[in-house]
Amino acid sequence: MNADVVPGVVAVILVSVATLAIGTWGLRISRTTSDFLVASRTVRPRLNASAIGGEYLSAASFLGVAGLLLTFGAEMLWYPVGWTAGYLVLLVLVAAPLRRSGAYTLPDFAEARLGSRGVRKLCSVLVVGIGWLYLLPQFQGAGVTLRSTIGAPPWAGSLVVALVVLASVSPGGMRSITFVQAFQFWLKLTALLVPVFVLLAVWAADGAPDPTTTAASSWSTPLASGGGVGLYTTYSLIVATFLGTMGLPHVVVRFYTNPDGRAARRTTLAVLVLLGVFYVLPPLYAALGRIYAPDLIDGRSDVLVLELPSLMVGGLLGAVLTGLVTAGAFAAFLSTSSGLTIAVAGVLSQDVTGRRWGSYRLGGVASFRVAAAIAVVVPLLMSLPAQDVAVARTVGLAFAVTASTFAPLLMLGIWWRGLTPAGAVAGLLVGGLGSGAAVAWTLATSSSSGWAAALLGQPAAWSVPASLATMVVVSKLTAASVPAHAGRFMVRLHTPEAVDLQR
Amino acid sequence: MSDQPPPRVRVTGPPRRRASGVRSAGTREIDAETALGEVFMRSLLREQLLLALRVLAALALTLGLLPLAFHLFPALGDVRVGPFPLAWLLLGALTYPWLVLLGWLYIRRSEANERDFADLVGSVLPEEPR
Repeated sequence: MNADVVPGVVAVILVSVATLAIGTWGLRISRTTSDFLVASRTVRPRLNASAIGGEYLSAASFLGVAGLLLTFGAEMLWYPVGWTAGYLVLLVLVAAPLRRSGAYTLPDFAEARLGSRGVRKLCSVLVVGIGWLYLLPQFQGAGVTLRSTIGAPPWAGSLVVALVVLASVSPGGMRSITFVQAFQFWLKLTALLVPVFVLLAVWAADGAPDPTTTAASSWSTPLASGGGVGLYTTYSLIVATFLGTMGLPHVVVRFYTNPDGRAARRTTLAVLVLLGVFYVLPPLYAALGRIYAPDLIDGRSDVLVLELPSLMVGGLLGAVLTGLVTAGAFAAFLSTSSGLTIAVAGVLSQDVTGRRWGSYRLGGVASFRVAAAIAVVVPLLMSLPAQDVAVARTVGLAFAVTASTFAPLLMLGIWWRGLTPAGAVAGLLVGGLGSGAAVAWTLATSSSSGWAAALLGQPAAWSVPASLATMVVVSKLTAASVPAHAGRFMVRLHTPEAVDLQR
Repeated sequence: MSDQPPPRVRVTGPPRRRASGVRSAGTREIDAETALGEVFMRSLLREQLLLALRVLAALALTLGLLPLAFHLFPALGDVRVGPFPLAWLLLGALTYPWLVLLGWLYIRRSEANERDFADLVGSVLPEEPR
């Protein structure tokens, strides 16, 4: 072990210890099943917004965006823009009604709205599938980070993240993880913000060279290449990110922790502010990387954020800044993985581990802990053989799938009382199988160009309308089975809590 | 483990709903699902949905038209504002205040809609300091 790895090792240990310490502190005030699953619905907007930001900014945001911008330029700005704008769409269409629905998880919402066990089961399967799909790249990214900063074998990073997540989630559940994630948002912001000031000072001292001189003109064009195909790819990405956010299980589960619908809206606005501040930073790293890290442009762009400080600033200051960004990256894996684990474990504990098995039945908290272990171990095992799948690609896939399944279900379920169970199931199947098959094909085959690759690589622009249309048409055909309580449920979703109504 | 804190006790009060005594005519219409109650609910839903669609339209007509603009006028890729390429300035920085502004306007209007609804059904929403 040489001196180069010291900042990385110190950073990883400090972040892990802080996470466990805050999680343990949460244990002291976490007692009931309601604390575990939704923090007893007492989280105030600012704390909740920090926690959502902490949970949402994953490896893809912290490392991936700057790397993609470095290599491909302005077309990749649609990722951070879409991931932020998704919260505006969520705010205007979903936030307050979702909280007012009074459900714990997405399957709970589907069952309460449609009164159907079948829809509930399908939603549970989708939540677990999407959660595992999203956990997989987090574990892989952790492996890449530890290999880059301290030279550890790739499985070591995955294992460390999995163990810390399990240790911090299973004792305290949602209530303790709220504090952990709020802490990790501010850690991630600091870890990008402080180095950027130093790096900009170095850049100014060097006479402020122009980053665009070495770049092709496409670096300044916010469009994928290829004319019409590029236009389709860009718009499809916009659809996937703008709509996909509202269906992410680990984000949605956070809305149930708000005290009421009004607080849910304010939380979402605060999230917009926090994300807006954060996402200004990765483009600065990418622009500086064009000047100072040209070697990373092809192939190793994912480690740009981790290596830029040591490339631009030497000595002790460079080592400290490297430690800081490593800590931020590690916090990114931990917080997103924790949030996903909570969401998946919440569903598993209600529908699998909390059920009666023979004559034996686990209690609420015990079944949550068993479910958390299952939620972590499965994607960990999946990540061990496949260490070289691109992080951002898998995360993009998860957005396309949620935009094609839960987004239509939520939008129609909240705003259209004519939705029927049969319509919801048909739409979920069309959207889920369509987008899932398209992206599975893309991941299995190597990259190619042309319309077929674009349509399958970015399916959201056709799979979302297909899912919506299927839900509407099948619901119209089965109009007789509109749930009898649909009108009453609309009252619950849309009227302010302070108005005295039967809900 | 002898120094454990005492177990938590759930303290509950009487249900708030029945405490107010007389209920307003509007809320009774909605609870009874009469034609008039239906009109109240449909007007609230329409107002809120129109508001949401207006915000989404504003988003589509600004951010949503950018790819098309850069596709139709490729020369925009070379435009610079001071030291920044136009696309980087628009998407890397200016988008975020715009999103926050849209969100803030939405919250103001949607809470006003809810106050109007409460007035309509004869109930008063508590004012909450920001």
